[in-house]
Amino acid sequence: MPERKIRVLIAKPGLDGHDRGAKVVARILRDAGMEVIYTGLRQTPEMIVSAALQEDVDVVGLSLLSGAHKTHFPRILELAAEKGLEDVLFVAGGIIPDADVPALKEMGISGVFGPGASTAEIVGFIKENVTRK
Amino acid sequence: MDLVDRLLAGDRKAAAQLVTLMEDGGPPAREAMAGLYPHTGRAHIVGVTGSPGTGKSTLVYELAKEFRARGKTVGIIAVDPSSPFSGGALLGDRIRMQKLSTDEGVFIRSMASRGQLGGLARATGDAIKVLDAFGRDLVMVETVGAGQSEVEIARAAHTVIVVDAPGMGDDIQAIKAGLFEIADIFVVNKADRDGAEKTLLILQMMLDMNESSGAQDWRPPLLKTIALQGEGSGLVADAVESHLAHLRESGQLHVRKMRLAEEELRRILGQELLGRLLELVNVERWATLTREVADRQLDPYTAADSLLGSFVAGLRAGVE
Repeated sequence: MPERKIRVLIAKPGLDGHDRGAKVVARILRDAGMEVIYTGLRQTPEMIVSAALQEDVDVVGLSLLSGAHKTHFPRILELAAEKGLEDVLFVAGGIIPDADVPALKEMGISGVFGPGASTAEIVGFIKENVTRK
Repeated sequence: MDLVDRLLAGDRKAAAQLVTLMEDGGPPAREAMAGLYPHTGRAHIVGVTGSPGTGKSTLVYELAKEFRARGKTVGIIAVDPSSPFSGGALLGDRIRMQKLSTDEGVFIRSMASRGQLGGLARATGDAIKVLDAFGRDLVMVETVGAGQSEVEIARAAHTVIVVDAPGMGDDIQAIKAGLFEIADIFVVNKADRDGAEKTLLILQMMLDMNESSGAQDWRPPLLKTIALQGEGSGLVADAVESHLAHLRESGQLHVRKMRLAEEELRRILGQELLGRLLELVNVERWATLTREVADRQLDPYTAADSLLGSFVAGLRAGVE
């Protein structure tokens, strides 16, 4: 039997309207053999967590450029815990100040990737840290 | 509680995990299927197919909203293609449906085709059963953007909606065999665009021709929608309901169910036979045969026969 596919949800919480970065990452993960579900712009935390649950994903990638990560990410993680998505790996990308990274990791965002991150770095991180195989 | 019990109790996470299990296949999937199968057979399975970009996802979203307003629960399985190179996929059908994401009465699952041709994934039929057992009144299946021969959906659904849009081809496209033959309902979406009337006329003529060429007890209705604005989806929902009523009253529903069961049994048998045969074949013998076929020492039919010969003999011995 072929190895199990890694399923990833790429989501853009909040109101910023640029998803070039999110689409590039979606494409990179596709080319790395993953099944990537892209949900589009302006998602609420409730929509993201509900989609992650229905799609039974291994990874949720959050892309955010607006600076609202400290508002949205805790809410998303809280809802995910409520819905029993403990084994999902959360990663984030976009414009996130270095100073905020430790706090995000603390709350459960395992990896944070800024504009300089290489594609190999992102793919490698997911493959190494995904919990369900 | 095991996954199937949780599914039957209405647990959404269990439904999601069961679909994954079906995609992975193997003994755990079979065991789960044996448990949930007795609870299937109640949902109305509606296929939505058509070329890429005709608006299938948007129409599915509008139809789901419409059926929710009519008090029905809805399951959606949206299939997109897998890459033939990386095996990965970008599943984007949810983008048009995200507003339904938090409605407990709607369950949306994206599925990659994983190399399967025909417009569906290998596990789509099993995923339909999961959502059927989950108690959804209606399960809508959106196929991969279909060309002319992606007609697998006709073997999985009770009602097939073929979505067309202006500018997709002339009247010869409409009378070619394949996709257009499997429609129970035709939708011309993007009806506000130039050429919509012509597309409607072409399909109308095709349907007239079908009618005069043989006894037909159901003439597929031809409906106009502008799915992006929600226009016309109520009429499509009406047609879906009338088609089900027609299938029931005419006894066709039973005929279709028998046909689906037979096709499914045949497909599974084919898969299993191939799988088990390949497990039994000696690796060296396989390599030798492959090389002989490649080197033109043996034609592929004779090679296959030589493998089947001993397998069939073994099977016959087993049966006797």
